[in-house]
Amino acid sequence: MDLTRLTAAEMSAKLAAKEISATELTQAHLDRIQSVDGQIHAFLYVAADQALSQAGAVDARRAAGEDLPALAGVPVAVKDLYATKGMPTTCGSRILEGWHPPYDATIVERLKDNCAIILGKTNMDEFAMGSSTENSAYGPSHNPWDLSKIPGGSSGGSSASVAAFEAPLALGSDTGGSIRQPAAVCGIVGTKPTYGGSSRYGVVAFASSLDTPGPFGRTVLDTALLHEAMSGHDPMDSTSINAPVPPVVAAARQANIEGMRIGVVTDLSGDGYQPGVLSRFAEAVELLESLGAKVTELSCPHFKYALPAYYLIAPSECSSNLARFDAMRYGLRVSDDGSRDAEEVMSLTREQGFGDEVKRRIILGAYALSSGYYDAYYGKAQQVRTLIIRDFDVAFDQVDVLVSPVTPTTAFGIGERADDPMAMYLADLCTIPSDLAGNAAISVPCGLAEEDGLPVGLQVMAPAMADDRLYRVAAAAEAAFMARWGQPILSGAKGLSA
Amino acid sequence: MRAMPITRDEVAHLARLSRIALTDAELDHLAPQLDQIITAVAQVQEVAAEGIPPTSHATGLTNVFRADEPVQCLTPAQALDQAPATELGRFKVPRILGTEE
Repeated sequence: MDLTRLTAAEMSAKLAAKEISATELTQAHLDRIQSVDGQIHAFLYVAADQALSQAGAVDARRAAGEDLPALAGVPVAVKDLYATKGMPTTCGSRILEGWHPPYDATIVERLKDNCAIILGKTNMDEFAMGSSTENSAYGPSHNPWDLSKIPGGSSGGSSASVAAFEAPLALGSDTGGSIRQPAAVCGIVGTKPTYGGSSRYGVVAFASSLDTPGPFGRTVLDTALLHEAMSGHDPMDSTSINAPVPPVVAAARQANIEGMRIGVVTDLSGDGYQPGVLSRFAEAVELLESLGAKVTELSCPHFKYALPAYYLIAPSECSSNLARFDAMRYGLRVSDDGSRDAEEVMSLTREQGFGDEVKRRIILGAYALSSGYYDAYYGKAQQVRTLIIRDFDVAFDQVDVLVSPVTPTTAFGIGERADDPMAMYLADLCTIPSDLAGNAAISVPCGLAEEDGLPVGLQVMAPAMADDRLYRVAAAAEAAFMARWGQPILSGAKGLSA
Repeated sequence: MRAMPITRDEVAHLARLSRIALTDAELDHLAPQLDQIITAVAQVQEVAAEGIPPTSHATGLTNVFRADEPVQCLTPAQALDQAPATELGRFKVPRILGTEE
């Protein structure tokens, strides 16, 4: 039996029944990484020794008769912007090359409390800015469906690792779509939880009012298991919501949408959308209707301004957040030869340590925040944010969840949009509204586009702290699609020669 | 609506403010891209937003307080561990003041 092909839920059951050990399971994943990651490049760091020693400890505790959490012994890959004690954390940037954080992010601590096994750190667009992992200073990751295609981004190493069976679960973060878009283009499940539902403590900041850590899995239930384990109030994050975690695992098991009111957002469709994405999406909507949901179409008229508002708000916050990389207390420092003052060393270090996209966004943010332009750009974008929240409020008065495609196209080619920032930004067109509003959204596979045979994602959006609704809808869709296809969607992923 | 494109000089000025020593080649490359991006995001100005309050943060949370109790923090050795340079148990940085007397 190839242990890496199991779902996380199956792994959990077999571990609990002592049919398999955490050590075997971890070794199977390390072997898989060893054999395919040369082609995928999902990992920036593989924590083989730490993972095996963690696994050994879990096996010992289980042998001693301890009652362990559901994820005990289940391997997880971690996006390289979560601070991890004893492992490097680069954020895909040269400026943090070789940095070893002195503490664990709260979510990493929670994984350890749940006895999950941390396999290593995954590749990403530098500081989570991008939709393809091509902005990583360490080279792009490759999509397991077709190695010449992008795995999405910014959490593309995480999505690729899960789709390539290098890990059953992975952590990502979503600021403008950085979990949902990579999940969609890799044919896996990914959730942006409600903002504040998952702790940002120890997650390197990009745009603090938007950054939301979240889970990836190959099935809806697996994703819910990680979602539940990682979530909940954290006193170390002042924007963390002090309320119970929505019952996402129970919802994934329930998978019943009889009578649920589902709204199709008509504004997230039309020009610029690939025909195969629209036809798979239309089919998914019909499927939800056939499962007993009441489907209506509705318009969110300000969503068309979400992308421009986001590309003012996120760069503004990033220009402030990334000021901390100043070459003084940690990270890269260059040209400190005794002749230069602190400001010169800082400027030369940031010049050398940051890539093009990070520089573009810092400068764009500085522009949007400068006096004279503030009202016309940042101020206006904040008002648009209010209008988008109001659009959602009106919609959620009429329906329980909203649906749309996750991203306008399937995975594009590596290099295709690399030096065309506006083309790259369009990948986030459908995912940004939920980030600006701080509500919850999921991406679940809904088939392959006919023109290229690559996966398409269905996005489900729910009001803040109603994350469980995402899992009800996604699990119902997943079960119905599985019945139709007769096999998991990833059985069609043929990019790997291994 | 914005009439003037963002100039190369403006980009150079913003880069200086952002403490990024851009090269001339980068300025040539980034300035037109930034102009294209700014033209696109300027669409937000089409929205009639008279009297609409700005949102800086979606959750509506206000400030959070906690009891003022000492908790464990990093030791000096841990805090200095990743520093580019240290001296006498402190961060060592390049000079921050001018050389003139």
